[in-house]
Amino acid sequence: MTQVRSFPTRLAALLFTLLCAVTAVIIAMPARAEIEVNVNRGDVQPLPIAVPAFSGGQVGGDISQVIAANLQRSGLFRPLDPASFVERDLTAAVQPRFDAWKQINAQALVNGTVTVQGGQLKVDFRLWDVFQGQQMLGLQFTSSPENWRRVAHKISDAVYERLTGEKGYFDTRIVFVAESGARGKTVKRLAIMDQDGANPSYLTGGDSIVMTPRFSSNSQEITYMALRQDSASVYLFNLETARRESLGTFQGMVFAPRFSPDGGKVAFSVERGGNSDIWVMNLSSRQSTRLTSDPAIDTSPSFSPDGSKIVFNSDRSGQGEIYVMGADGSGARRISGGGGRYYTPVWSPTGEFIAFTKQTGGEFHIGVMRPDGSDERLLTTSYLDEGPTWAPNGRVLMFSRETPGGPPKLWSVDVTGRILQPMPYPGAGSDPAWSPLLN
Amino acid sequence: MVLSVNSSTVFRLALVGLCAVSMAACAKKPKMATQVPSAPPTQTQPSIPQPPDRGPSVPPVNTTALPGSAQDFIVNVGDRVYFDTDSYDIRADAQPLLDAQSGWLRRYGAVQVRIEGNADERGTREYNLALGARRANAVRDYLVSHGVSADRIATISFGKEQPIDPGSGEDSWQKNRNGHTAIVSGAR
Repeated sequence: MTQVRSFPTRLAALLFTLLCAVTAVIIAMPARAEIEVNVNRGDVQPLPIAVPAFSGGQVGGDISQVIAANLQRSGLFRPLDPASFVERDLTAAVQPRFDAWKQINAQALVNGTVTVQGGQLKVDFRLWDVFQGQQMLGLQFTSSPENWRRVAHKISDAVYERLTGEKGYFDTRIVFVAESGARGKTVKRLAIMDQDGANPSYLTGGDSIVMTPRFSSNSQEITYMALRQDSASVYLFNLETARRESLGTFQGMVFAPRFSPDGGKVAFSVERGGNSDIWVMNLSSRQSTRLTSDPAIDTSPSFSPDGSKIVFNSDRSGQGEIYVMGADGSGARRISGGGGRYYTPVWSPTGEFIAFTKQTGGEFHIGVMRPDGSDERLLTTSYLDEGPTWAPNGRVLMFSRETPGGPPKLWSVDVTGRILQPMPYPGAGSDPAWSPLLN
Repeated sequence: MVLSVNSSTVFRLALVGLCAVSMAACAKKPKMATQVPSAPPTQTQPSIPQPPDRGPSVPPVNTTALPGSAQDFIVNVGDRVYFDTDSYDIRADAQPLLDAQSGWLRRYGAVQVRIEGNADERGTREYNLALGARRANAVRDYLVSHGVSADRIATISFGKEQPIDPGSGEDSWQKNRNGHTAIVSGAR
């Protein structure tokens, strides 16, 4: 069993055990179709869902609230007001009285039971199709009591996946730059938190300007850039061991780092004599290869999920555009071209889209396009939106948004553009990066 | 796994398989911003930014600054030039100031400088970092072509991270598109 400690300077190691009890999924011949949530339709009405407090004390109520908040924030579900619930004292062991839930038009119901056994939390939950009167899903999780939030996120992911057919994204973390202080005197620190804004904590001390942190595919390692008075360097930082190391010196500024999907390489920009080019380093051999060699700005590299290509930002045609090349630097080809300036391309984890920042006149947008550049769609518009990062299911983006004179804040939008909202974290933040699903 | 429906109201749950997978723990203690933020990187004392549309002018000579000092450089020569949007060309109105810088640097040969390139907020972070680097290098190239030895001049870019004017609007942005010559060592 692997033990993971994050920030071992302050926190103890905990064990998190997943026990899957696969229960019978009863498939009858339904008189009406099984409930299903379609993520692709632009006009979908959120599914009314009831998430009553899990039985078993305060933590049962807390878990149900985190689940309801996750589902509500996805924009695909409408958790009903617990004050309207008629049936109380549900437990996972007994079938609900479906008529009571039909009365308030709950189409789905998530209930559960929390028990403590041997100092460990055991959480049983069930997902019910209310109008068919059938169980759709049942699982059991065991964890240390401090990890109750991760149990709630894993239940949220299971419910989301069962009802949408897509993988969830709730058991994830966000690494970002937390900002404080007045503009022009801003203090920037690397920070990390759960995707719902809980458990925020700092990773660096604010003595340098930190920028653009990114996760590795194992979600335990991040890379970021630190800017000081006389140097700009890229670092690798292991969240498990708190070990930090520089990527090396390159006789110029080093910035814009990003891991390859297998975690074995880092692509980044190196500036020399004012010119920025993309390089890639093999992390085991520590050999670096230069991939672009033209006088244009070449930056913001992002690998395709199969690792064979790199999408990047270049102004070799006169202004910022998006290019795709082989991971060996061959065959660079422009894919953007819709008028306006393009920046920060990011390949989605499913390979379907490339998200980007676009500037048109006085406005900024987060947008997506297909990897061949077709089907470009702008999802947001504001004074300054920038730096999208993908949730691991490739359906939701987080980015930072600024109003004139105001601090940057974290926002999210889904790929239909319909579900746009501020992220729950209350502070100022920029450069978010979304982790893979935690193991 | 498909089972037939039992008409009884109590479901029988059958354990079909048990998989125990041990998971890594990620415990996080919330530590929020109750700490006093440490001081941001300090800059050399900024000069009063000159409006970019003013033509070349002779600044008033400050007779109290010691010749060859950083103060002398900042006040009597000028340590900041400005750029157009998305551009790193040395503008015509910047050239006299850079001529004065190169003259001063040739006169005080022990001085080492660092050119800091800056960009306004109307762009993304990484691209603006690269743009600032171009601006810093453009200033450096100008000074080198006017007789200052290249090994006396370092460059860095702060992108849009350290605006000297926190406002929004072209009046602020034009001040933030600049190249700042900072004295690193060797001044009196």
